[in-house]
Formats: sequence, C-alpha cells, structure tokens
Amino acid sequence: MSVLAVAREAYEAALPALGASLVGGLLAGVVLGGMQAELRAVPGLLVLVPALLATRGNVYGSLGARLSTGLHQGLVEPRVDLGNRRLRGAMAAALANGLLASAVAAVAVFLILTVLGDDVARVTTLIAISLVAGLLSGVALTAVVVVVVFAGYRRGRDPDTLVGPVVTTTGDVFGLAFLLLAVRLVLAAGGGA
Amino acid sequence: MTTEWSVRAITRAMLPVLLVLTMVEVGSGLVLGTFEASLYRYPTLLVLVPVTIGTAGNLGSILASRLSTAFHLGTLSFSPTDEALAGNAVATVALAVTLFPLVGAGAWALRSLLGGAQLAVTTVVWISLASGVALAVLAVAVTLVATYGAYRYGLDPDDVVIPVVTNTCDVLGVVVLLAVVELTL
Repeated sequence: MSVLAVAREAYEAALPALGASLVGGLLAGVVLGGMQAELRAVPGLLVLVPALLATRGNVYGSLGARLSTGLHQGLVEPRVDLGNRRLRGAMAAALANGLLASAVAAVAVFLILTVLGDDVARVTTLIAISLVAGLLSGVALTAVVVVVVFAGYRRGRDPDTLVGPVVTTTGDVFGLAFLLLAVRLVLAAGGGA
Repeated sequence: MTTEWSVRAITRAMLPVLLVLTMVEVGSGLVLGTFEASLYRYPTLLVLVPVTIGTAGNLGSILASRLSTAFHLGTLSFSPTDEALAGNAVATVALAVTLFPLVGAGAWALRSLLGGAQLAVTTVVWISLASGVALAVLAVAVTLVATYGAYRYGLDPDDVVIPVVTNTCDVLGVVVLLAVVELTL
C-alpha cells in the first residue's frame, strides 16, 4: 500500500472512536470548569485530578482487556453472573487497585506540595475525597465495562475494539462527576482545608 | 496475562506498573498546578484540559496499537521510507488537524452556554489547534521510540507501549497546553 492509502485507512478507522471520546472529554471539561469553587476550597485537588482520571483509564481499561481476553479464551461466559469466581475476582481486583492507587496519589500530592511549601488541604481530606470518588466511579465504570464488553461480544463485535473508546469516554465523565460529588460529600462531612 | 483471576494474582501483575504511572500523572498534576491562576482566570481553558489530555493519549494509543499489530504481522520495518510507519504518522497528524479545531470551538461554545466565556472563539480554537498539532507530532515521536524500544528489548509492544504512550501523552498534553497558553495570552 502507498503511504496515502495507509494514511487514509488509518484516518477513517480512528475517526469515529476519537470523535466519541472527544464529546466525552468536553463534557468532563464542563464539569471541571464548573467546579472552581470546590478546587479553591480544597488546595491540591487540581494537582490530584490527572492522577485520579488516569487511574480510571488504566485500571478499568485493563479490566476490559482482561474480560475480552477471557471471552476469547473461553474463561468467562458473556453473562453477568456475580456467583462466577473469575468475574468477581477481576472486578474486585480492579476496584481494590483503583482505590489503592488513588490513595497513594493523594498522599504523594500532599507530601510534594508540603515539601514545596505550597498551600495544601489536610492529608485526610485528600485521601477521603480520593477514596469516595474512586469507589463511586469504580462501581459505575465496572458496570459499564462489564455490560459493554459482554453485550458487544454477544452481538458479534470484537470487545477489544470497544473497550478503549468506552473507557476513555465514560472514564473522564464519570471520574470528574463523581469527584465533584465526593468533594461535596467530604466537605459537608466536615473535612475542610 | 494470568489465567488465574484472583485479586492477589491480578494485583501482583498490575500494581507495580499502576503505581509508577500514578506517579507520572502526579507530575502532570504538578505542572497543571503551576498554571492554576490562568485556569481560574479563563475557565474555558479548564474545559480544554481533560479533552486535550484525553485526545492526545488516544492518538498515541491508537497509533501504538496499529504499529504493534503491524509489528506482529511482520509488516513493519523501522525506516523512514516504511509505508505503514509513514502512513500512520501522517494519519495521526491529520486527525489532530481535523479534531482539535472542533475541540476548541466546542469548549468555547459550552463555556458560553454556561455564561462567562471571556476568551474570543478564535483564540480558543487557535490554542486548541496549536496544542493538538504539537501533541500529535510528539505522540508520533513517543510512540516510535517506545515501539522501537520494546522491539529492541524483545518485549511484546502490546503490554508495554500502550500504557507508556498514553500516560506520557497525558503529561505532554498538560505541558504543551501550558506552553501554548503562555505564548498566546
């Protein structure tokens, strides 16, 4: 194939998924743009945002990849069966690793900003926000990933090509929406700066 | 990938890489933090942050997975005259040129609907397009280096390249957006 033919094929293959994730990214941006009051109320939260969002993508993207491989290998059935040990293990591992990485990010941001002498909220506040946001978005994303991968597989789509765009699109929106909710819950519970 | 799907086995495979990537993203957050004052002054820029980072990461990961596949099929050679390499690189930049003006216009429009769009639409579209094209070029470079590195060290590019490229592009997304905003405003 010539360079132009390869380029055209690659361009056309990527455009729909990128367009969809772009819409998701803009919605996530609107949530972030609307949470200035919360970002100001919790110094250090803005620094934490990329790590929390990337954790969603890394953990639930990996859950989706594991489920598609499992379907291809016949390790799991495309049915939502919470009695299935493999499925339960994969979901629990994603949630546990996501929560752990979120808490580690909160502690790291607190320590680095403290060393730099920057204004930063209490470490317990940052950890509480990370854990509540991680739990809420984790439950939502697990449900989305499992349903999309299984439903896609049953309809004869390759789940590998669904996972990436679905996780990037929903991950940022859910990640930020639940972060906003978590900040409000933690501030209401008395965990101020 | 482990066939034993216990929490312990999955954690052992995933956690070390996850924690390294989390620290890389904390670095990206620190860059974002230095830019806090401009972001609060022009909330449209805050709207641009997730979509710029996300689209850059997606461009890199799509390119990485296409190059990995070509590599597995044996149709990829690391030479500037290689059609698969050049064609995919051209497509990545073309996608950025198509999508990032829409990202800028979308961010401006959404922010106007919510009230308080202070930047001109042309400024936002310019910031988005300039960052997007710079990021596409960087994403191509990072992906080529990471794919070539995986190939040299005998690693499966599917396991290594995509997480490295996605998270590197996240960091670069913040840095490039910050640089373009500093040069423009």
